[in-house]
Amino acid sequence: MTDFFAMHGYAAYVWPSYALFAVVLLADALAPVFARRRALRDIAARLRRAASRKPS
Amino acid sequence: MKPGSTSAACVALLRRDLLLVWRRRGDALNPLLFAIIVVALFPFALGPEAAVLSRIAAGTIFVAVLLAMLLSLDALFRSDLEDGSLEQLVLSPHPLALLLGCKILVHWLTTALPLIVIAPLLAQLLLLPAAVLPVLLTALALATPLLSLIGAVCVALTVGMRRSGMLLTLLVLPLIVPALIFGAGACNAAQNGFAYSAPLLWLAAWLVLAVILAPLAAAAALKISLT
Amino acid sequence: MNPLVLWFHKLGSPPYFYRFAGKWLPWLYALALIAGVVGFYGALFTAPADYQQGDSFRIMYVHVPCAWMGLFAYLFMAANGFVGLVWRIKLSETLAMASAPVGAAFTFITLVTGSLWGKPTWGTWWTWDARLTSELVLLFLYFGVIGLYHAIEDRRQAARAAAFLALIGIVNLPIVHYSVIWWNTLHQAQTVSLVGPSKIAPSMLWPLLVLAFATHAYFFASVLARSRVALLELESGKDWVRALLHAAETLHD
Repeated sequence: MTDFFAMHGYAAYVWPSYALFAVVLLADALAPVFARRRALRDIAARLRRAASRKPS
Repeated sequence: MKPGSTSAACVALLRRDLLLVWRRRGDALNPLLFAIIVVALFPFALGPEAAVLSRIAAGTIFVAVLLAMLLSLDALFRSDLEDGSLEQLVLSPHPLALLLGCKILVHWLTTALPLIVIAPLLAQLLLLPAAVLPVLLTALALATPLLSLIGAVCVALTVGMRRSGMLLTLLVLPLIVPALIFGAGACNAAQNGFAYSAPLLWLAAWLVLAVILAPLAAAAALKISLT
Repeated sequence: MNPLVLWFHKLGSPPYFYRFAGKWLPWLYALALIAGVVGFYGALFTAPADYQQGDSFRIMYVHVPCAWMGLFAYLFMAANGFVGLVWRIKLSETLAMASAPVGAAFTFITLVTGSLWGKPTWGTWWTWDARLTSELVLLFLYFGVIGLYHAIEDRRQAARAAAFLALIGIVNLPIVHYSVIWWNTLHQAQTVSLVGPSKIAPSMLWPLLVLAFATHAYFFASVLARSRVALLELESGKDWVRALLHAAETLHD
């Protein structure tokens, strides 16, 4: 088992590669989630401002 | 020359731009100064040993000239955009690509030509072997118009941006890498005694292609940026 | 009208695309995740160690699919950019700009994992051979497109300018690649050629193909997700967005 984790000596290269892959793609997957929430918030706020300005 | 004809328009544009540069000829010397300073910094950074300097001389001069030209590229359309004459150019009945070609020619004449003139000085500062100098001058004469042409397309894409300097550099550099490889490569080949005509011919071929296509691309890019 | 053509035209409408993308997103992510897990199981456990490179070759299972996706993303971006420039289709512009950051991410992973793979196998973190140099230039092109897109205020004009740049870049990429090959052969100081399994064993191959499929699925999921957000921002004044907000608000009440 330790052999597997040590990747027969190449652990310092293999695991960071896999970790980088996971981290970068996770960040890439989360970015639109936060962006969408922010966009909806901003649009809602803009609509409220526009509605309060036009009382009719 | 018939007034109102395309050739008259081109000549008028050339005269106007050259006159504008002449009125601010102090500014036009900035790229020269920049190139000299950059080249002079290398002996301080790398030590005065002749072997080291002459090995890197051609490539360093090329990079310094490239960066110096990038500095002045930003101003290619700026003053015209500010006083509205850029829109007049786009709206004029004459082919926009041709008019932009004239502006690019002025940029090359006022920025690159002086740099090529001082290239022997730069070569001496870095102890470039004298036999390589003609190859360096030819390579610069072929690569600098390429830079003006490709740079003009990128400037057309970023016209009107307030702080576009760094973005412009980011856009231009990947596109200019082949010209740098072949230009400096020709000089290095000559310096090492190899044949150097192939890269120079490649540069010439790209230059011919760029002379035809880049003004068209710049015109299209300008129309995108100005709408 | 042919139903497929009709569906294709419908897809160009932002609200229809928004719903369509929203429906398929979870499935694409799930597909990517499952295929990824299966692929990585094969990469780490069932694939035998390479006789020459040992276990370091397992980096290939991350490096190669990302390299393929970096190029695929650029082609996708350029193709959509072309359609957007020529036919002014809003959705094409959106898809093109959405694929830029994803492609840049894949290219970045490619470069770093390649460097991590190169150190134990070639003895160096970096070398200026044609493929690495072209990949680095590709990353710079992505940065240029993303930078240009964010520097222009009007979103549609920004997308068109960035798409134009992407098309210029696509011409430049093979030029850079072949220039560097010429440059390398001129210097003739090459020591090691690019390593890679010459005749790849099936047990080594299938995880690679599965991971290639996984990254493709992920790419489309990410592009759809980013396009949805971009469409919201682009169409913020339209009725369908307003209706969407009201539906979301009534859901929260």
